[in-house]
Amino acid sequence: MNAISIKNLKKTYATGVHALKGVSLEIPSGDFFGLLGPNGAGKTTLIGIISGLVNKTSGNVSVAGFDIDKNPENGRMTIGVVPQEFNLSIFEKVFDIVVDQAGYYGVPRKKAFVSAEKYLRALGLWEKRDQKAIALSGGMKRRLMIARALIHEPQILILDEPTAGVDVELRRGMWDFLTKLNSEGVTIILTTHYLEEAERLAKQLAIIDHGEIIEKGSVKELVKKLDIQPFAFDLEKRITAETLSHLREFDARALDEDTIEVRLPKNRSVNDVFHAFDRGEIRVKNMRTSANRLEELFLNLTKKS
Amino acid sequence: MSAEKLWICFYTIVRKEIIRIFRVWTQTFVPPVITTTLYFLIFGNLIGSQIEAMNGVSYVEFIVPGLILMSVLTNSFQSSAIAFFMAKFQKSIEEILVSPTPPWIIVAGYVTGGVVRGVITGVLVYLVSLVFAPVSLSHIGSVISFFLLTSIFFATLGLINGVYAKNFDQISIIPTFVLTPLTYLGGVFYSISLLPPLWEGLSKLNPILYMVNGFRYGLLGTSDVPIGGSALFLFIITACALWLVFRLVKKGTGLRA
Repeated sequence: MNAISIKNLKKTYATGVHALKGVSLEIPSGDFFGLLGPNGAGKTTLIGIISGLVNKTSGNVSVAGFDIDKNPENGRMTIGVVPQEFNLSIFEKVFDIVVDQAGYYGVPRKKAFVSAEKYLRALGLWEKRDQKAIALSGGMKRRLMIARALIHEPQILILDEPTAGVDVELRRGMWDFLTKLNSEGVTIILTTHYLEEAERLAKQLAIIDHGEIIEKGSVKELVKKLDIQPFAFDLEKRITAETLSHLREFDARALDEDTIEVRLPKNRSVNDVFHAFDRGEIRVKNMRTSANRLEELFLNLTKKS
Repeated sequence: MSAEKLWICFYTIVRKEIIRIFRVWTQTFVPPVITTTLYFLIFGNLIGSQIEAMNGVSYVEFIVPGLILMSVLTNSFQSSAIAFFMAKFQKSIEEILVSPTPPWIIVAGYVTGGVVRGVITGVLVYLVSLVFAPVSLSHIGSVISFFLLTSIFFATLGLINGVYAKNFDQISIIPTFVLTPLTYLGGVFYSISLLPPLWEGLSKLNPILYMVNGFRYGLLGTSDVPIGGSALFLFIITACALWLVFRLVKKGTGLRA
């Protein structure tokens, strides 16, 4: 069964902005789904419609098999939402925020106390349970919103840029937490600007731009669509004009005095590059991909669209 | 949702609201008590002692029902208006909007929160009034009906204001420019039989007049208007206001883009 099924979804705001221009998307249950797109692409609008914060103009959306027009309450029961912007009652205590959220889903308070402890501990907030939300740091507030979204044990967790503005250590911690959650069967839908995050976490991806899905598929399938992949090589000696001439066929350029970047077409192998190095008697100390593969694809696609 | 789950949703909204009201008790309960104490002292005791009996009761007794109801309506309105607007302002209203809590429970929860504050304030003001004029309850049914219906009506109006308000100014415009003038002209401090015919007729267009007089009948057994008609009128406008705010919340006016 699909966790989310969207058909020809359109949204035009009162300002006349066409935020979504006929989006169709199916997200299978248990997936870790990444939704990528530049600012203003329509990601937050799409998530807003799924979660009940934005009214759609036309089209159909089903959540866990429930049509959001016919059974909005049943659909919402299955979703937990972590929005992009902080939307906490800042004068409430951490524990109360999470327990009250359970109440809005009809979870009895005693049961909510147990779940609140479980998720606040899992997200490192148990010690802060008696503090008011206003006193928390940005990272803590974001984790609090995750705990709040999970309190009713949803089948689907939607996160709108959850790691925006979060430091590296915390971001990795969140990745581990979300991966574990997904392995326990929770469908996760994540929008992000961090392409590394999408490549690392998501099983399936969709790229949205100007209100339209311009590409979708598994990460592997999407990366395969890359025509060219850049690699960087650290050389033992300084780069000269002669060095570059040996690698002309790979569109080589110097990144600094001893690092060279080559752009490898899809129909060529890395061995071909090494043969070129051998021919020029150029010694390589180290090599790496010089750009995130997904980033490359993302830029290509959004530029085209 | 099952009845038990609906009850939990409702209880959660009301509980949160009651905690908020008591957390800021110096802003919610103290000001109306001080204000009405001053009214009783100045208008009731000092000036009132110089005024003849009105509708067969002393002036200080005459103003007790109006002052109680004035506190009830003002506080019921402010409570739901501020609570809902603050939730919108902080975006914490999204906590409820993404949940399966149905619109009628959201309305019921916020209105009940407003009613709780209105009722507590009304009781406090009644207790203060006993110091100045030991008013008994002549018709308990009328007291309870007008007390509760007024509170529900104004809590609902406050919620409508909260739904439409886009900034803090819009929360204070209605109380300042509509509620206060209507309350003062609604027979709190005088009997409309004292007014010239034109003003007496115009006063009868003011819904607060019927609430004040219905409540006054319950406490003192005297009224400028028919009680049965007033109760029915109040019931109808309350039902209309509730229906309107339910439609607004269901549609997502001021809530969903």
